Amino acid sequence: MRVRVDADACQGQQMCSIAAPEVFGSDELGHATVLIPGDLPAELHGKVRRAQANCPEDAVIIEE
Amino acid sequence: MTTMEENAGPVVDPTVDFNIFDPEFVRDPYPTMNEIRESQCPIAHSNRWGGSWFPTRYEDVVSIAQEHDIFTSRDIVVVPRSTTQAEGPYAGVAAPPITSDPPDHHWHRRLILPVFAPQAVAKYEQGTRDLCNRLIDGFIDKGEADAGTDYAQQIPVRVIATLLGVPTDMSDEFTSWVRGVLEIGLTDPKVRLESRMKILQFFQTQLADRRKNPREHDLITDLLNSGDKYPVTDQYVLGVCNLMLVAGIDTTWSAIGSSLWHLAQHPEHRRQLRDNPDLWPTAIEELLRAYSPVTMARIVDRDTEFQGCPMKAGDRILMSFPAANRDPRQFENPDEVIFDREHNRHVAFGSGIHRCAGSNLARLELRVALQVWLERIPEYSLVDPSAVTWAGGQVHGPRICRVRF
Repeated sequence: MRVRVDADACQGQQMCSIAAPEVFGSDELGHATVLIPGDLPAELHGKVRRAQANCPEDAVIIEE
Repeated sequence: MTTMEENAGPVVDPTVDFNIFDPEFVRDPYPTMNEIRESQCPIAHSNRWGGSWFPTRYEDVVSIAQEHDIFTSRDIVVVPRSTTQAEGPYAGVAAPPITSDPPDHHWHRRLILPVFAPQAVAKYEQGTRDLCNRLIDGFIDKGEADAGTDYAQQIPVRVIATLLGVPTDMSDEFTSWVRGVLEIGLTDPKVRLESRMKILQFFQTQLADRRKNPREHDLITDLLNSGDKYPVTDQYVLGVCNLMLVAGIDTTWSAIGSSLWHLAQHPEHRRQLRDNPDLWPTAIEELLRAYSPVTMARIVDRDTEFQGCPMKAGDRILMSFPAANRDPRQFENPDEVIFDREHNRHVAFGSGIHRCAGSNLARLELRVALQVWLERIPEYSLVDPSAVTWAGGQVHGPRICRVRF
């Protein structure tokens, strides 16, 4: 599993970093960044799915 | 149609006659929101207060927030603005970026977002914690306090004053001006205008002071000096200061107050937070969902049909985030507070380009205020549930909320 953020859709809600702080951070505007490029360890998959489900802007994109 | 008398009168059917200032709705708006949401008209309309639409379903509220081209932010409150004549030199001062539309919205927002990024607001945590402890020191020996006026009300105003670099000892005045604009002023245009003028005159003086005596690490000085990057005018800076004061105080105060009110009645939730501190981040989001304080307004730009509703150019829409956040189509058991709720795609801070710029600061204040309270006052209850008073309309939360411990 890999994850990315759609920068055009992200509005800095921070719901992803609340759900998965190991995976998502913030840039200087408070918009989401991905802290782990490439494959995500299996133990974080659940949190990343929660991050995707909780983003009101549909900005979290999971690739499997 | 802007005064209480003109708009009072019993509500017969809320889908065609709702009144967001009805005392019963102000106290507990959720049964009415649920009734409208599950009716044949989930987007209600009322002629009261100059007329407005009231969508109650999550999908509809989010669609309206996202369609900023049709649903503009020219006005964001339910009552019409004062006249240009009455406002004199301040007639053109808005509250950017909340009142801005693209294309200006983009730079209006870019300029202030760095101030409110998570890593930027973290520096207010210790000061907020100290403030909360000082407030509690003032009443803990009495065994009774007002969780509203003695605590919740006192916190955001001081944090915002610190952020703006204005005197925190003017907190009572700031609070009264902001209530004059957002609370009492929504049903009393005279109070609203007077309060708005006081805020703008105060910041005009602050701007003049910063021009003469620029300060280091100071938000107002930095905004005045950002003209090299963006077409910044005094009117814009005045508008931003206006927004930060008006939007940053009774919104967060309401969220803190509602959460303390909830926790006062739910010992099992207090215990849950004590036993499992890892729950704090999701608990804060759940409290924000269940007790979302803010309802924003939009103005329809051109005639349009939305979900079968014939909306005309100039019509007002109340975007009820509280109603959206209790939609059972989006949230399981929406009227229950569930701290470890797995799916919580709430829009307490709105959605789309106008997502509340201060959301990270609000979250920090709410968490610190509740954590310090529960550290110092782990067990408490309402003195008299029926004596709690509420503010409502566009910002919902308790005002007088006496507790015993």
